[in-house]
Amino acid sequence: MKTYQADEKGYYGEFGGAYIPEMLYPNTEELRQNYIRIMQEPSFKKEFDQLLKDYVGRPTPLYFADRLSRKYNTKIYLKREDLCHTGAHKVNNTIGQILMAKKLGKNRIIAETGAGQHGVATATVCALMGIECVVYMGEIDIARQAPNVARMKMLGAEVRPALSGSRTLKDATNEAIRDWINNPVDTHYIIGSVVGPHPYPDMVARFQSVISEEIKWQLKEKEGRENPDYVVACVGGGSNAAGAFYHYLDIPEVGIIAVEAAGKGIDSGESAATSALGKVGIIHGSKTLLMQTHDGQITEPYSISAGLDYPGVGPMHANLYASGRGEFISITDDDAMNAGLLLSKMEGIIPAIESSHALAILEHRKFKPEDVVVINLSGRGDKDLNNYIEYFNL
Amino acid sequence: MGNRINKKLKEEGKLLSIYFTAGYPKLGDTVEIIQQLEKNGVDMIEIGLPFSDPLADGPTIQQSSTAALKNGMTTEILFDQLKDIRQSVSIPLIIMGYFNPMLQYGVEAFCKKCQEIGIDGLIIPDLPVDVYHEEYQETFEKYGLINVFLITPQTSEKRIRFIDSVSNGFIYMVSSASVTGAQSGFGDGQQAYFQRIADMKLNNPQIVGFGISNSETFEQATKSAKGAIIGSAFIKHLNGHGVEGISTFIKTIR
Ligand SMILES: Cc1ncc(COP(=O)(O)O)c(C=O)c1O
Repeated sequence: MKTYQADEKGYYGEFGGAYIPEMLYPNTEELRQNYIRIMQEPSFKKEFDQLLKDYVGRPTPLYFADRLSRKYNTKIYLKREDLCHTGAHKVNNTIGQILMAKKLGKNRIIAETGAGQHGVATATVCALMGIECVVYMGEIDIARQAPNVARMKMLGAEVRPALSGSRTLKDATNEAIRDWINNPVDTHYIIGSVVGPHPYPDMVARFQSVISEEIKWQLKEKEGRENPDYVVACVGGGSNAAGAFYHYLDIPEVGIIAVEAAGKGIDSGESAATSALGKVGIIHGSKTLLMQTHDGQITEPYSISAGLDYPGVGPMHANLYASGRGEFISITDDDAMNAGLLLSKMEGIIPAIESSHALAILEHRKFKPEDVVVINLSGRGDKDLNNYIEYFNL
Repeated sequence: MGNRINKKLKEEGKLLSIYFTAGYPKLGDTVEIIQQLEKNGVDMIEIGLPFSDPLADGPTIQQSSTAALKNGMTTEILFDQLKDIRQSVSIPLIIMGYFNPMLQYGVEAFCKKCQEIGIDGLIIPDLPVDVYHEEYQETFEKYGLINVFLITPQTSEKRIRFIDSVSNGFIYMVSSASVTGAQSGFGDGQQAYFQRIADMKLNNPQIVGFGISNSETFEQATKSAKGAIIGSAFIKHLNGHGVEGISTFIKTIR
């Protein structure tokens, strides 16, 4: 059977793999040899499930959005990842990886962050476990995401500015990788999305797959069937999307819709729509689609949403795009902001701007009245209040 | 005709190899730096093709790469600058760069161009030996290029043996678990590692890189290895003294 999951070498079709310097080989190799075995250990599963339930607050509701459904004349369900502890799906992955790090005997954690959501989720689980935590963040992002920097500090993490290159997320990722090269024995690197060298994309997807696992039984309860007609998610690196798609990847009846950030428009020169603008290449150890110059230099993307502002996309998504399994749509800043405001007014839910991109699909694409459409609401909008205030002059 | 790298490795004595970033300090410095290095007795040169995201490199090489890109360096410009290099330079020349720019140029086209110019080898830190062996080895060999792999203190014996079997020039022995950048000296741990590798009696000679900055570290590194590579320390010197200072720098090493 054709599968859209990773093979044992970490390839999704032609995408993925581990294009890493030899200095990183022992680190990723240790993880590669152990991650599936550890994840399948009963003691690991028990602790992971328990923490997701008692600490994160899972299962998150699958909410039938009645007013929105009537407006768009289709059946819309929202998967409420915004109700997770720390405000987004990111924590599903950091809980999994901190337990993984403990099993591997690591006593120091590093992470990269752009907007700070993954940094906060990592600092949170490190506080929970009493493990030292260093978060790399681009110098420019530190300046524009002050509240999340303060959160990380409050949680006991050290926030180190990435001063190289363009001083944003991709450079923070480079710095975290360099730290890992320099500290190969005691340190675990918690990557924040389904990106990076094998086994990260697959491991992070597995930790996030709890999202679609829950959608299945929740939809069965509500609609009498496990499979929606469509599942929709925004894609930065692609972790919330990977989680929402995971158990539906190989079920062709379920339409998969990935929403990328068009920024000020695909042709504006200020965009983060990797599938539309990217070419195959290597970024952060993975062969995937990425935005780059003719000459192969990685370029700086733009989106109003810091969480979608990554020049690459996870290899799973590159394959969904290249194979045609997934439908890829890009949404501009303006359309996303309006979708966020609409959800707030119609359903009383203020979404993260990342998630607003996924919601904007409703204005852009027709669904049939009998279609069941699940939209992954990856996070809540508290962190984005300043952006909303500025944008709408609230 | 044998590859210049293999011939050089057969010569008596220890080899001094220098890394510099092409397009730095100035876009047009490439050829003069290479000529000066040869004139001052350097045995081999690694020409760095700058990349926006050099994740195996420390601050010095990162900064020189960023500056070189800002100066306008591209793969095509580098090839153009080097097109007549073999009329004036005869020591082995290696291009060191990350895989993505080569992939965008086209791996085969890149190799072909290297052969035309007279480049002898490549060092591509993020092209792992396994992928090279399966997908690219034939192409590299077709164009007479030697691909050089890295090993580190953490590389297992089994993997070193595999790397040795795939290599046909030398093995780049990374001095410690770290990114590039000058260190103050090598401790007992590193000396033991150098010796351990020497005792493996590999087919390919080893050249040590990362953290070599002066005559003392050069001597320590070459006690059991065939040679050593200086990168960051040279770039720092270029930074302060420009191309004119090359001969002074080389004289401090040996
Ligand atoms: C709420 C939210 N959604 C989505 C994303 C994008 O990441 P990913 O594509 O990995 O889900 C982020 C990243 O910060 C986020 O905070």
